[in-house]
Amino acid sequence: MVAPPRVWWRPLDRLERTWLLLAFGWCLVLFAMMPIWLAFGRHNVPATIYRASAAQFRQRVEEFVQKYQVGTEKGIPIVEPPPGDVYLLARQWQWYPILKLKKGQTYRLHISSIDVQHGFSIQPANLSFQILPEYVYVITLTPLESGEFSIICNEFCYIGHHVMIGRILVTD
Amino acid sequence: MATQAIPLGEEKAIFRVCPVTRLRVDLAAERMIIANATAAVVFLLVGGIMGLLLALTRWEAIHLLPATWYYRLVTAHGFNMLVAWIVFFEAAGLYFGSTVLLNARLVSPRAAQAAFALMLLGALLVNAIVLAGHADVMFTAYVPLKAHPLFYLGIILFALGALTAVVLFFANIFVARLEGRYTGSVPLVVFGLATAAIIATYTLLSGAIAFIPAFFWSLGWLRTYDPGFYRNLFWGFGHPAQQINLAAMVAVWYALAAITVGATPINEKLCRLAFVLYILFINLGAAHHLLVDPGLSFAWKMFNTSYAMYLAVLGSLIHAFSIPAAVEVALRRQGYQRGLFEWLRRAPWQEPGFAALVVSMILFGWLGGVSGVIIGTEQLNMQFHNTLAVPGHFHATVVGGTTLAFMGLTYYLIPLIFRRELRLKRLATWQPYVFGLGMLLLILGFLFSGTLGVPRRHWGVFTTPAIFSSLIPEPARLSLALAGIGGIIAAIGGAMFVLVVLSSVLTGAAQEARSLRLVLADPADPPEATEIAHVEPRGTFLIMLAFLAFFILVYSRNWWLLGARGWLVH
Repeated sequence: MVAPPRVWWRPLDRLERTWLLLAFGWCLVLFAMMPIWLAFGRHNVPATIYRASAAQFRQRVEEFVQKYQVGTEKGIPIVEPPPGDVYLLARQWQWYPILKLKKGQTYRLHISSIDVQHGFSIQPANLSFQILPEYVYVITLTPLESGEFSIICNEFCYIGHHVMIGRILVTD
Repeated sequence: MATQAIPLGEEKAIFRVCPVTRLRVDLAAERMIIANATAAVVFLLVGGIMGLLLALTRWEAIHLLPATWYYRLVTAHGFNMLVAWIVFFEAAGLYFGSTVLLNARLVSPRAAQAAFALMLLGALLVNAIVLAGHADVMFTAYVPLKAHPLFYLGIILFALGALTAVVLFFANIFVARLEGRYTGSVPLVVFGLATAAIIATYTLLSGAIAFIPAFFWSLGWLRTYDPGFYRNLFWGFGHPAQQINLAAMVAVWYALAAITVGATPINEKLCRLAFVLYILFINLGAAHHLLVDPGLSFAWKMFNTSYAMYLAVLGSLIHAFSIPAAVEVALRRQGYQRGLFEWLRRAPWQEPGFAALVVSMILFGWLGGVSGVIIGTEQLNMQFHNTLAVPGHFHATVVGGTTLAFMGLTYYLIPLIFRRELRLKRLATWQPYVFGLGMLLLILGFLFSGTLGVPRRHWGVFTTPAIFSSLIPEPARLSLALAGIGGIIAAIGGAMFVLVVLSSVLTGAAQEARSLRLVLADPADPPEATEIAHVEPRGTFLIMLAFLAFFILVYSRNWWLLGARGWLVH
C-alpha cells in the first residue's frame, strides 16, 4: 500500500533465497515429469487425429456396425470387432454403437461427433477426452480388466446431456 | 502514506483528504468506486443464490431443480460470478489503485460512467437472455452449440466496458505521473493491479476475437465456425480472465496484510519479480483446457500447460512465501518474538481482513494451487478433464481465494470510501471463517467426486433417466452430499457478508474513518530499536516446507493413480 523507499533493489534474505531455490527446483521437477512419462508411461494422451465431415463419419460408422454387429441392446447395436480400428459416434444424446472388446487386446478407437461437442469419459476407469465435430480423435486403448464400462458424456451438449450414457463390454 | 500530493496551480478535480491515511481522494473517482463495488455485491448476491440452488441439485439426495433449470442456472451462475461480480469489483479496485493510492484524479469521469453503463447493460442482457431460456449453452458457449445473438452481444458489451475501465487505469497513472502527483516507484499494491490490468488487456482482446465471430455466426452471417479454433480463442479469454483475478487477489492480499498488521514486503524486488512472471507466462495457461483435445501436439501442450516451465507457478510460490513472511516480520517487530509461532498465535484473528487473508491464502494455495498444477499436467489431465474436480479447483481459487479476499477488502472500503461506520462487527469477524469452512467442504466434495469420475455440468449421475446406469462408484453419493452441505454453509457465509455490507451502507452512521482496522485498535508503531534489528521469518519458512511436502505427496499420488488405471491409452 505504501510506496517503497527510493532504492528497493536489494539482495535477498537467507531464507528467501533458500525458498526461491527450493520452489524453482520443484518447478523443474514438475516440468520434467511430462516428457519422462511420455517416454516411459503407459498412459499418455493420444495425439492422432484426422478430419471428416459428419456425413462421411456417419457412413463409416454404419459400415463398421453392419460388418461386426452381434446383437442389439435397448435398440442400440452391439458390435464385436477384431483388434484394430473401431468406430464410435457421438450425437445428442447417444453413444453409438455398444462396443464389445477383448481384455488385453489393443484397439484404435476412432471417435467423432456429428452435431455439437461431447466428452468421452470411460467409467469407472475414469479417463476423459474431448470430442469435437469435424475432427476424428483416434484413441488407442487396451482394456486390462473385463466387465461392463459406461461412457458418460462429460461435455455439456444441451438439455438432454445427462441421458447420454453408453456402454463398452470387455470380455476375457 | 508515503506518497505525498504535490500542490498544483490549477486543480482539475475536487478532492477530500482522508483523516486516517492522509490520502487525497478524488470525489469523482470515489463515486465510481462506490458504483462498481455496489454492482459487484448485487451480482454476488444473485449469483450466490443460484449457486446454492445448484449445490442442492448436485446433492442428488435432494436434487432440487429440474434438468433444464439446472443447466440454465449453471450458465447464469458462471457468468454472474466469474464475470459480473469479479470484474465489477476489479473495476472498483483499478479506480482505487490508480487514483486514491496515488493521490491522483480520475482523468475522465465520463469515460468511467460509460464503462460502467456498458458493463451493466451487458450483464443485464446476458442474464435476461439466459433466464428467458434462449442461451442454455453454459458460460463457455462452445460452438456449435448456439445461443441467441443477444447473449454474445451482451458479453461483447461487457468486455468493451471492462476494457474502457482498464484503459482508464493506465491513463490515470500516466496523467498522475505527468502532473507529479507521485514520485518514485508506485506502491506494490498498485504494481499488482497494473499486472492485473496488463493481463486484462490481452484477455479481453482474445475474448473479443472469440465472441465477435460467434455473434456473427449466431446471426447467420458466418456459415461455420471451427469448434477447435473457437476453443483455443475462448480459453485465451477464459483462463487468463481468472489470472486477472489472481493478480488482483494477490494485490489485495498485500493490501490486507498492510491494513491489518502493518506488514510491508520484506523484499520489493522479489515481490515485483513474481508479478512480472505472471505477466510474461500466465496467459499460456489457456492450454489447461485443451490438454485432451484432438489436434494439438504433445510439445505444444507441455510447453503451454506448464507456463513455460512453471514460471508463473514460481511467481505464486514466491507470493505464498513473501506475504506470510511480511506478516510474520511485522508481528515479530511488534514484540511477538518468542519461538517459531508466537506471532501466529497473537495475530489479529478477530480482524475480518486478517481472517479473510489467511483463509483465502490457505484455500487458494493448498487446495486451488496444488489441484491446478495437477489437473494442468498433460497426462494427469485425462483423469480430471470435465470432471467435478475442475470446478473443485476453480472454486478453491476464484471463490475461496479471490472472492473471500475481495470480501475482506470490502469491509475496509466501507469506512474509507463509503464513509459509513461498519455495523454488525461480530458478524464480520465470523464471516470469513464460516464462508471458508463452507467452501472447504464444497471444494473437497467436488475434488473427491471428480476423482471418482463424476462429470461437471451434469444434472445427475445417479438419478439420470438414461437407458444405462452411469457406473459411478457409490462413494460419490457421499462426496456430492459433502459438497451440498458445504454449499449451504458457504451460502450462510455469503449472506452474512451481504448483510454486514448492506446494513453498514444503508444504516451505518455517516462519518469519516477513524482508524484503519475495524475491530481492533491499529497496531502501535514498532519501537525504533527493534526496527533496525534483523528479523527472520522462520515460522513462515517452516509452514512453506510443510506446504511443499503436501504438494509433493498429492502430486506423486496422482501419477501413481494414473499408472494404476485399468485401461492403457496412447
